[in-house]
Amino acid sequence: MRHTPLHDTHARLGGRLVEFGGWHMPVQYGPILEEVKCVRERAGLFDLGHMGRVRITGPDRVRFLDAVTTNFVARIPVGAIRYSLFCTPDGYPIDDLLVYMDEECLRLVINASNIEADLSYLYEHATGYDVTIEDRTDATTMIAIQGPEAVAILAEACSTDLSEIGYYRFGRSNLCSIPDTLLSRTGYTGEDGFEIYLRAEDGESVWNALLELGRPRGLEPIGLGARDTLRLEAGMALYGHELSPEHHALEAGLAFAVSFAEEKGDWVGRDALKALGETGTRTLVGVTAAGKRPPRMGYPVLVDGIQVGEIRSGSVSPTLGTNIGTAYVEDAHAAPGTELAMDIRGKNAPLLVHPLPFYSRKRQAKTS
Amino acid sequence: MRPDDRQYLPSHEWVKLDEHTATSGITDFAVDELCSGNEGGLVYCDLPELGRVVDAGETFGEIESVKAVSDLNSPVSGEVVEVNPEIEDHLEILSDDPWDRGWLIRVKLSSDHVAKPELLDVVAYEELIAEKE
Repeated sequence: MRHTPLHDTHARLGGRLVEFGGWHMPVQYGPILEEVKCVRERAGLFDLGHMGRVRITGPDRVRFLDAVTTNFVARIPVGAIRYSLFCTPDGYPIDDLLVYMDEECLRLVINASNIEADLSYLYEHATGYDVTIEDRTDATTMIAIQGPEAVAILAEACSTDLSEIGYYRFGRSNLCSIPDTLLSRTGYTGEDGFEIYLRAEDGESVWNALLELGRPRGLEPIGLGARDTLRLEAGMALYGHELSPEHHALEAGLAFAVSFAEEKGDWVGRDALKALGETGTRTLVGVTAAGKRPPRMGYPVLVDGIQVGEIRSGSVSPTLGTNIGTAYVEDAHAAPGTELAMDIRGKNAPLLVHPLPFYSRKRQAKTS
Repeated sequence: MRPDDRQYLPSHEWVKLDEHTATSGITDFAVDELCSGNEGGLVYCDLPELGRVVDAGETFGEIESVKAVSDLNSPVSGEVVEVNPEIEDHLEILSDDPWDRGWLIRVKLSSDHVAKPELLDVVAYEELIAEKE
């Protein structure tokens, strides 16, 4: 199993470490639901060292990435970030990712469990392009700070005015005496906050410094268990759940990340995904389950005893005070308020279709 | 040391045998695996109807935490004659006292009952746990 630079730190903090995407990662430090509340009400610190980090340089980098991802890369301004996907020729996703338009390169953040598949895919399609693809996962690391207090805590450790970095944009700052640290106003929790990119050897000192600085404001380390609930409450897709080799971007409600613009040119999976979007008959919906048991991936979704869909994610939601999940259902049953049932290993429990996202913070207008 | 007055399944259920009945529950290790010691981490426990006949090794119910659902397996064969009425609404009992107050079911042993070889004594169970920790 792979270790992030913070592996020993998690053990020291009492983290419960489990295998995740080939990495030994903290699933929780304390009660998962308390960790969710901590991020919603105060702030949380996350080790994201397991996320894959790839740098693409070379004169053809933008044209190359436009040919292998769904979003329109050439239209990303320098300093901005876009969500995108890699697809197979049949239009189904290999992974989802963030694309950072830096001055001299493109930076990609990909899922831990897909690092090898993504790199193979990139190398396979790089023929004919003057690009260099570098896996920076081991040389670098990544920490997220998220929650209503996150920006104020990070500001104490920074030399620059963080309010100048808008949502889904990035900048550089001296952070804990490390110059030119890349900070992006992104996250996977539905809260305001930043994701911080560091050299691997700086990970531990920055983690410790931020934790100490943030403790008076209630900052706590947060595990992957709470992270999953936070992203689900915020209606964010997770590869392997809402997206998979059998669940494409358009039915997952991710049309904003897919460009069929002619100027973008052809890309891997374009025509197939377009056709899937035109013929699809199912939709991703949010569901709430008022009973004691949360939805779980794979439970059949029923109407009058007939299967009309399948649960893809589920969790207890401390923020909503009920159990929540996502499901793919036939379009006829996708309207909010529709009553459905889920089959929990032979027992039926009621579900209600709920709009996504379940949770949305009031976004404070900050202009860059 | 865990109680030595009972036997254990590798799937972390315990069974305490009397002459004609067997009382079963789950171990502290099972509870901790499910909810990491946070009593609020358990959300649901499904126990069988009275009169149900279970075979040794058969699933008789389910227990669910914030994180996962887990099967409850019967260490012995027989008829369910009692289920713990407190558990459904007080899952915290399983964290507080899995050995006595946290019992789950009582089974009237079937006439052909024989102790199954996969049942472990406390020493063997402790060794199994030590390998996992």
